[in-house]
Amino acid sequence: MLESDLKAIAARFTASAPAADYWTLRLVDETGEGLAVRDDVAEPSRLWRSRGAMITVVAGAGLGYAATSDLSPSGLAQATQRALDLAALHARLGLFAAELYPRSSLQAQYTADVREPWASRSLEDKLGLLFDACQQLDRDPRLVERAAWLGHRRIEQLLISADGAEISQRWETVHSGLSATAHVDGQTQTRHGGGAGMPRQGGLERLAEAKFSSAAEQVAEEAIALVLAPECPSGKRDLLLMPSQMVLQIHESIGHPLELDRILGDERNYAGLSFVTPEMFGQYRYGSPLLNVTFDPSLSNELASCVADDEGTAAERQYLIRDGILERPLGGALSQARSGLPGTANARACSWERPPIDRMTNINLEPGAETESLEALISRIERGILMETNRSWSIDDSRNKFQFGCELGRLIENGELKGLVRNPGYRGVSAHFWRSLDGVGGPETFEVGGVRNCGKGEPNQSVYVGHASPPCLFRDVEVFGGGL
Amino acid sequence: MTLAMSLATNAATDEAIDPTTDPAKKPGMPLQAEPFFAFAEQIFSQLQGDEQLFLSLDGERSDFVRLNRNRVRQAGAVQTQQLGLTLVDSERQIEGSCDLSGDVDADRSLALALVQQLRERIPHLPADPYLNLDQTPSHSHRALEAELPPAAEAIANLSDQADGLDLVGIYAAGEIASGLASSIGHRHWHQSHSFNLDWSCYLDGDKAVKDSYSGFDWQVSAVRERIERQRERLAVMARPTKQIEPGQYRAFLAPAAMEELLDMLAWGGFGLRDHRTQQTPLLRLAKGELSLSPMLSLIEDHSRGLAPGFTAEGFLKPEQVALIEQGRFGQCLADARSAKEYGEAVNAADEFPESLALAAGRLPTDQALSALDTGLYIGNLWYSNWSDRNACRITGMTRFGTFWVERGELIAPLAVMRFDDSLYRLLGDQLEALTQERELRLSAETYDGRSTASALLPGALVSSLNLTL
Repeated sequence: MLESDLKAIAARFTASAPAADYWTLRLVDETGEGLAVRDDVAEPSRLWRSRGAMITVVAGAGLGYAATSDLSPSGLAQATQRALDLAALHARLGLFAAELYPRSSLQAQYTADVREPWASRSLEDKLGLLFDACQQLDRDPRLVERAAWLGHRRIEQLLISADGAEISQRWETVHSGLSATAHVDGQTQTRHGGGAGMPRQGGLERLAEAKFSSAAEQVAEEAIALVLAPECPSGKRDLLLMPSQMVLQIHESIGHPLELDRILGDERNYAGLSFVTPEMFGQYRYGSPLLNVTFDPSLSNELASCVADDEGTAAERQYLIRDGILERPLGGALSQARSGLPGTANARACSWERPPIDRMTNINLEPGAETESLEALISRIERGILMETNRSWSIDDSRNKFQFGCELGRLIENGELKGLVRNPGYRGVSAHFWRSLDGVGGPETFEVGGVRNCGKGEPNQSVYVGHASPPCLFRDVEVFGGGL
Repeated sequence: MTLAMSLATNAATDEAIDPTTDPAKKPGMPLQAEPFFAFAEQIFSQLQGDEQLFLSLDGERSDFVRLNRNRVRQAGAVQTQQLGLTLVDSERQIEGSCDLSGDVDADRSLALALVQQLRERIPHLPADPYLNLDQTPSHSHRALEAELPPAAEAIANLSDQADGLDLVGIYAAGEIASGLASSIGHRHWHQSHSFNLDWSCYLDGDKAVKDSYSGFDWQVSAVRERIERQRERLAVMARPTKQIEPGQYRAFLAPAAMEELLDMLAWGGFGLRDHRTQQTPLLRLAKGELSLSPMLSLIEDHSRGLAPGFTAEGFLKPEQVALIEQGRFGQCLADARSAKEYGEAVNAADEFPESLALAAGRLPTDQALSALDTGLYIGNLWYSNWSDRNACRITGMTRFGTFWVERGELIAPLAVMRFDDSLYRLLGDQLEALTQERELRLSAETYDGRSTASALLPGALVSSLNLTL
């Protein structure tokens, strides 16, 4: 019903096509719901709907955009005129020729695989799950805050163009999470679980996969154990990063540096530039030969899986880094045309209010060819730290000098896991760090997750990005703990 | 039934698109107080029994022009109106939101359909012990007008002034409005026309200087002065980059760098809930175990008037909230929900600052370099995060306009460095001086529409800053 509604709007727009050399109309209809229980009290639940259109026009030498929530014919006509006005500005002072904007005639569809629809359970059922989970977290008076939450988001998008493109996509996510915060003698520690930090597309079947109903005990007990644990030691150690931290490591020091719009300088005033330069592609050793990284929009229900990007380019799996050598950047068709470099179908917008820019989609670190288990990786470490679940991230504007913090650390000595350590962190330089990669877990250790708050762009845009990875072993990394 | 399936469409029916349509003649709800209040009355008239409804409107009509290499990268316009609803009945509450089209009839149908959907759900929710909506009707109206040039004129002017420079950034300008109407009788409106030009000028690599120009009165001479000042700084930036080793360095933090540190502190530093659940990075300050420098007095200054003076629940914000007084913790920021939970008064829309003011010090800004003598002049800090919240320890990077200084003179640009330090140190025993002059910094953030946040900040001279990478 909804898709046909968008198609009716699109058909009317096409019937009175704007006077431009090329145009696209991207219609977005997003709905969502949020539920949460904190300390056994339900937070206000929320329903939302966002609906609007982004119009892109190429007129002569100009390229312009306009977004509106008025989807009436006159509303769209008004927005089209505003886009044409701004195209005239681009024609006078544009950075590149508007004819570089990619033309699309692609016809394609994408629908997230949802086995258990959000609406298949009642509001009472969902709240019951949350109250149960929150009560299961209540295991110790040292816990000062407990929370459980569920959210649903569905996005219907239809992109049409002057050249006959018609790309219909439906993304659907159910995200869940648990948190427990413990406090003892001035030290506070929070632990997350139940799906928090490892989001994917899908329906309520995600709850079982995320162990939402069974994770509370471990989350609560780890929060208490962390608050009582010693600080993470400082110095050079081997570092074993679990997938829940690899998500951020890939995101910040591979994904962002490879974005072509950064390399072209578009983001220098805000998100930054990149230590990667055009001449590096095809020859630069980004990491050890164990490092294989793909742009993979095809992995089933990963957070940003899709059939095409928002410029209308078909999305296909590509190697970004193969056997440690840098192969191609993350750049949509417009960035490719501006730079003369190959790229990927990753021009994405966060909503109908924003134009597409180069984003990550799904960026995955491929599992090792050999079947190396987590236990096998641990057995190769004489003196090291295992870290999991990101809680702090910071990296320089060229995406080189980074520092990350995790919720949980565990000592490794002589090939065996030892006790917990709190406030674990590590720092390094991207250009060197990946060359210290000395172990990649096998396919059975591969986990799929992502981030739901990747910020970038002027005006600002926050998007969902998928990342998948096995645990990875790095040698001689500077680690540290907390304290003044 | 899902929200998407039950709501009325806001698309018109059979009207043909006429590309020659004159936008000025289009009917619809303008971004103004009275039309919104009239719209709200129509919705309130359909309430049932003891229902209460609070309606908020957040809208903008903005032009966004991105620049790279002093040329237009992306020129766009955005028109949004988001309606927020809080429906209350029998001590239960539920929230909703939707985008309005501007077509009053279609929007009324959309809003009423959403009210009905909320109404059907509310009996299935438990009573909310922290429900806290103001029950005393109040009114306010604030409109900050401006004469803004057309975007094309402003960009052409900027491009001319920056001729020969590698300028990158964004020009955002237009109208922002926030309104609140309740079935109890609240009527509030906050509206502004403004511009925010946020840009940097680059040499090679990451050698750059940054500035911003924002407000309500676009002056060509002001743009010229700022660009000329950047050209002077770029002349120093063109010198060979100085590399330094990690360690502790004397430093002067310009107001933009202080803004980054205080933005981090805003993340959990002042919220009532963060304090009561022992999660605030200022826990030891609040408990009196540690103190900051007596020079440090920080207020949330709602009287500045750039952000709305009301909350979504109908409460009026106080003129000022003293957050830190002479180095000791003052008050928390309490939103409506936390205020009810912990028995405090509402003094904020959200539990983080949006109108900060740090008291000025005694160091004349033009003497900052000589007072620094030898060390770091830090124009901007960037991408900060908590290194250890328990210790109020922050890590982040230097960026833009950061120089090595010797004997009070800018000597060379500095390669970017990572710091990792506690604010208990930096704003405590290491704080030597704050500048006499303060800079009003208007947020350029646009994640949820154009921000109305601002901060009035001095620069700071610190005896040592711990660099780690």
